[in-house]
Amino acid sequence: MNPRRIAALAHKEFLHILRDPRSLGMAVAIPMLMLVLFGFALSVDVDEVPMVVWDQSRSHASREFVSRFEGSPYFHLVGFVERPEELAHALDTRQAVIALVLPTDFAERVETGRRVPVQVIADGSDSNTATIALGYAEAIARIYGQDTALAELHRQGARLQAVPVEMRPQVWFNPDLESRNCIVPGLIAVIMMVIAALLTSLTVAREWERGTMEQLLASPVRGRELIAGKMIPYFAIAMFDVLLAVLMGQFVFRVPLRGNVALVFGMGAVFLAGALAMGMLISIVAKSQLLASQIAMLTTFLPAFLLSGFLVPIKNMPWLIQMATYVVPARYLVTLLRGIYLKGVGLEVLVLEAILLAVFGVVMVLVANAKFRKKMV
Amino acid sequence: MLREHPVNLAVSVRELEKRFGAFVAVRGVSFDVTRGEIFGFLGPNGAGKSTTIRMLCGILAPTAGQGTVDGLDLRTQPEAIKSRIGYMSQKFSLYQDLTVEENIDFYSGVYRIPSSQRAARKQWVLEMAGLIEHRRRLAGVLSGGWKQRLALGCAIVHRPAIVFLDEPTSGVDPISRRRFWDLIYQLAGDGVTVFVTTHYLDEAEYCDRLGLIYRGELIALGTPQELKTTLMRHAVLELTCDRPEDALLAVEQLPGVHEASLFGRAIHVVVDEAEAPQAALASALAQCGYGVERLERIEPSLEDVFVSLIRARDSAAQPQAEVRQ
Repeated sequence: MNPRRIAALAHKEFLHILRDPRSLGMAVAIPMLMLVLFGFALSVDVDEVPMVVWDQSRSHASREFVSRFEGSPYFHLVGFVERPEELAHALDTRQAVIALVLPTDFAERVETGRRVPVQVIADGSDSNTATIALGYAEAIARIYGQDTALAELHRQGARLQAVPVEMRPQVWFNPDLESRNCIVPGLIAVIMMVIAALLTSLTVAREWERGTMEQLLASPVRGRELIAGKMIPYFAIAMFDVLLAVLMGQFVFRVPLRGNVALVFGMGAVFLAGALAMGMLISIVAKSQLLASQIAMLTTFLPAFLLSGFLVPIKNMPWLIQMATYVVPARYLVTLLRGIYLKGVGLEVLVLEAILLAVFGVVMVLVANAKFRKKMV
Repeated sequence: MLREHPVNLAVSVRELEKRFGAFVAVRGVSFDVTRGEIFGFLGPNGAGKSTTIRMLCGILAPTAGQGTVDGLDLRTQPEAIKSRIGYMSQKFSLYQDLTVEENIDFYSGVYRIPSSQRAARKQWVLEMAGLIEHRRRLAGVLSGGWKQRLALGCAIVHRPAIVFLDEPTSGVDPISRRRFWDLIYQLAGDGVTVFVTTHYLDEAEYCDRLGLIYRGELIALGTPQELKTTLMRHAVLELTCDRPEDALLAVEQLPGVHEASLFGRAIHVVVDEAEAPQAALASALAQCGYGVERLERIEPSLEDVFVSLIRARDSAAQPQAEVRQ
């Protein structure tokens, strides 16, 4: 490894980037665009679920019941319907995701203390929203039931003040259960994986396509010098991307960063070394820019997106797929960043993930170096 | 040929072979290049010129055979060879989006030119290539001749003892070609060995020694003069007459004529011996009504030599091919 030679290669690569403003723009714009797009759009929070009501009872009691839903932040009453066709139409056209049907004898049954069947119809085509909305609806109905039961007991002279057991939930790390707080740190990991591999996947292939590789092969440059020299400028760009992402997390998404900021950048750097080397490896093997960029997208985007635990918890996956996630490096960075951001923990908890990331980096660099042969075929 | 001491040989290869799957690109090639000479490697496209030069530069591993470049073994010391040689590949491998100076700086970094010499070497390359005024222009916008001289400059910025040039003048105008050959002479004058491939026969005349490669095999080796006098088994007559295109067809039919081809307005006729057919040819043409202006024996050009060698090789190979079918 000769520092002069690495410097010459890094300088040359840096000039290539400078002379091609489009690629430089891409290197900065794509991560920002993805962060904005996914950061805002990928909210799994459920609130203001549109709801219609078919109140067949038209009584004081039924209005009181419906007002409980109206007062909740989770539902938004879009209107009343009178017939089953209207109800179906509202769900078909997605004016409403949930519909309440109150029977004609709602008030009588409540007053006489009998069970009241209230039908809740949910649009299951969005199963996540439907499940959560049904949960909320059930909770509201249960509280209404408790309240009316207590009121009845009270009227009869009982001295019972409340139900005996009352749960007081307290959520740690993300008290408002904002999905954005969970998504943004994970998103930084996914974006880094994709952009880093994409950036370097073009560099070696480009030299093959333009014929300049032949000249380099006939020079005394060593494979590891070439890999190191080419990675340096892209490493700088990718670290700049990390900085931008962290700043956006702070000031655009307002995600709390409770842990050590230096650790975020340190782990980002270890991860990037591996991801950039992976891009180099793809480029070395593919020898064509088009093929290399496609392989890079395929091998980074989908695994990082689906198998890193960023969107779907790994514990919910089938056993075989869970095993597969161990070789997805983004998985470790997602865990690390969420830990540092939300829990404020450091290496004392996350040391295993940090070690595995370092292993990933070392393996990628070694394999890229081994695959690069200074021959034309 | 007298075997010289290997130290005096810039390049020495024996039975060099390169296969790509079933295809044999280079077969059983053996030759020596003495230090300080301009060695021309001549052959049609696809004959194996580039494959051979790439093996010599250590970027293709030979399938069989052995050889040395600057006294170093081709098979075991390719990386050591790479720091002693300069190589200019067929496409001018410059970075088009870098300026003239940046290209030179890059290669002086790659070849680790000591910083005390860098400025002087850069100046030397710029002067040699005539690019002093264009040093800050992008390499991509330079004309062909300039690009070619810049590529040469980048390949020899580290003062290698041996330079390999793969078709350096293809696709460049004649004046630039002439200037480029002046540079090659200048290098040879400084004691540099130049190994150059070409398919231009006029360039072959500028070389000290030549090797002719055809279908992967070396079919002739020697100085241009040796090739013209010893390798040509037949005599060449130059014929000037009326309607040379029609006359060519007639001449080819005559007995004792091996081949005939147009050379400008004249016809070159390859015959067994010079004296007997000369008279017969003249009378035969006169009978057919072609007025003969001039008919005399000439020294064969390199083109005559190579055309005749290649045709001889093809006619020897053809019966084999038929038997195989």
